Amino acid sequence: MLYPRGFWKWASTPGVLWLILLFVVPFYAIVSMAGGTLDPATGLAVPQWNPAYWDRASFHYVFEQLAAADGVYRVVFLRTLRYVFTAVALCVLIGYPVAYYVSRLRGRLRGIVLALLVLPFWISYLMRMLAWVGLLNEEGLVNRVLTGIGVLQDPYPWLEGKGITVILGLAYGYVPFFILPLFAALDRLQQSFLEAAWDLGGSSLSTFVRVTLPLSKNGILAGVAIIMLPMFGDFYTAYLLSNGRSSTAMIGNSIQSLLQETTFGYAQARGAALVTVLALFVSVLTLYYIVSTARSTREATRT
Amino acid sequence: MSVVGNLVANPWRKHRFLAVFTWVYIVWAIVPVVIAIGFSFNAGRSRSVWQGFSLEWWIGNPDLSVLHDPTLASSIRQSLILAVATMAIATPIGVALALGLARWRGRGSGSANFLMLLPLVTPEIVLATGIFFTLVFLYPFPDPGTVGQIVGHVTWSIPYVVVVLRGRIFSVGADLEEAAMDLGAPPLDALRRVLLPVLAPAVFAAFTIVFALSIDDFVTSQFLATDVNTQTVPMLIYSSGRTAPNPALNATATLMLVISLAAIGVGLGGMRVLAKRQGVQAEGADVANIRL
Repeated sequence: MLYPRGFWKWASTPGVLWLILLFVVPFYAIVSMAGGTLDPATGLAVPQWNPAYWDRASFHYVFEQLAAADGVYRVVFLRTLRYVFTAVALCVLIGYPVAYYVSRLRGRLRGIVLALLVLPFWISYLMRMLAWVGLLNEEGLVNRVLTGIGVLQDPYPWLEGKGITVILGLAYGYVPFFILPLFAALDRLQQSFLEAAWDLGGSSLSTFVRVTLPLSKNGILAGVAIIMLPMFGDFYTAYLLSNGRSSTAMIGNSIQSLLQETTFGYAQARGAALVTVLALFVSVLTLYYIVSTARSTREATRT
Repeated sequence: MSVVGNLVANPWRKHRFLAVFTWVYIVWAIVPVVIAIGFSFNAGRSRSVWQGFSLEWWIGNPDLSVLHDPTLASSIRQSLILAVATMAIATPIGVALALGLARWRGRGSGSANFLMLLPLVTPEIVLATGIFFTLVFLYPFPDPGTVGQIVGHVTWSIPYVVVVLRGRIFSVGADLEEAAMDLGAPPLDALRRVLLPVLAPAVFAAFTIVFALSIDDFVTSQFLATDVNTQTVPMLIYSSGRTAPNPALNATATLMLVISLAAIGVGLGGMRVLAKRQGVQAEGADVANIRL
């Protein structure tokens, strides 16, 4: 190539610089804030940029509340885990059949169905939640249908801090993001593999369990990773679908309310400590994802 | 023989159960939004009980309709400002980074590649918190506000641009530019007049995706907002979605949806025209796959 020496390095520089100044530095800022001390003038926490002077009080508090049997954050964290894992399981149960079906479609119908599957992507998440607020209201369509056909005697208070509403809301919100990466993986799965398994006398079940499922493992993992990471930080679904009740608060709600608190000095420092814990937890999940996809890719290429 | 196994495994079978399942899913995914759009035309104040058709909440009501309530108009304006600015800043930086990362083979290029991918696997709440602290306490910003929101949006948009561009850059290869240079074109001319036009559909796709991501964003906008003037439409839905007294909120959300679908339509259309001119397949499927 005849481009000037260092040309491509210089082309990368603005982007790399941006990500250092506004992605790497912010991570340090979070930890510095978590180790921050109170500013005597305002009484509010300010970041301590020098690690030697980090104040461990906020971390200590957060860990205490995570470890104690009745700790505030322990309760919220366990609830978050419960909600996220249930919603992810629902996404897999709903998303797998849909992705599988579309990946086997051919012709004109395939394009139409794909376009319909992509459509929710372009609709604001908050608008999709707003739609459910209208439907699940006291006098909303869901209650009127359910009381009309006799399933419910009285309208159910869906939006008054019910875990089931938040879980279903999360599943509704995130399932489109699960379907597409899975579709991409299933689409690469060759029809001839399935035909071969069938010809060799594999039953339907054994073909599915021993051929289709292993070959879609990476797609499932990718889809799960893609929806699970943002779900752990989600606070708006629980807020909108449960009237802001604390009975359904997730870890994101705790972070959000700590960061907005301006009367208690250490609130933002504790919020930063909680964000650090969340980031560490999520990076463990990400690492697991990277390692297991690398392993199954290796296995796939070896056989 | 298991029912489920029989339904999914036989490669020649028509998947009737799966077809029904998929269509029920599609209805479930889309109809609630359609109903919410419908309620923006409700004659009464309810967002749940239909009281007849009217344009009351669009233009009729002199104080509360989208046309007359300045808060609603301002949130739409703010969403658009952020989306256009983010698109204009993140796309050039991202295209340059994608080209650089694809061809720079030196010390540091591996780490740069890794760094580029990290924002994609970081929950937005973490990113937004970090940028908030950085802008407030470290960089000389008086208040985050609009500039802060744009900075936040650009930060997580850059990796998307890179991912969209990268595939295209690799599939195009370096042959075309080398041919141009052999024919006497100076390197920068080869870049500008040969490579960039070939990449144009992918660049267009990147513009579209960044616009759509930014206009729908909630977390970053919320964390870096300062006052009511920096309120976007998703923030408006968040703050008044549970308590909104009338369907003007639905009308605002609908208008925003129409604007962003129109923008995406223009983007996809433009991409197709550019791609056709070069005789390559439009990358609609790529766009769909990328938006994660």
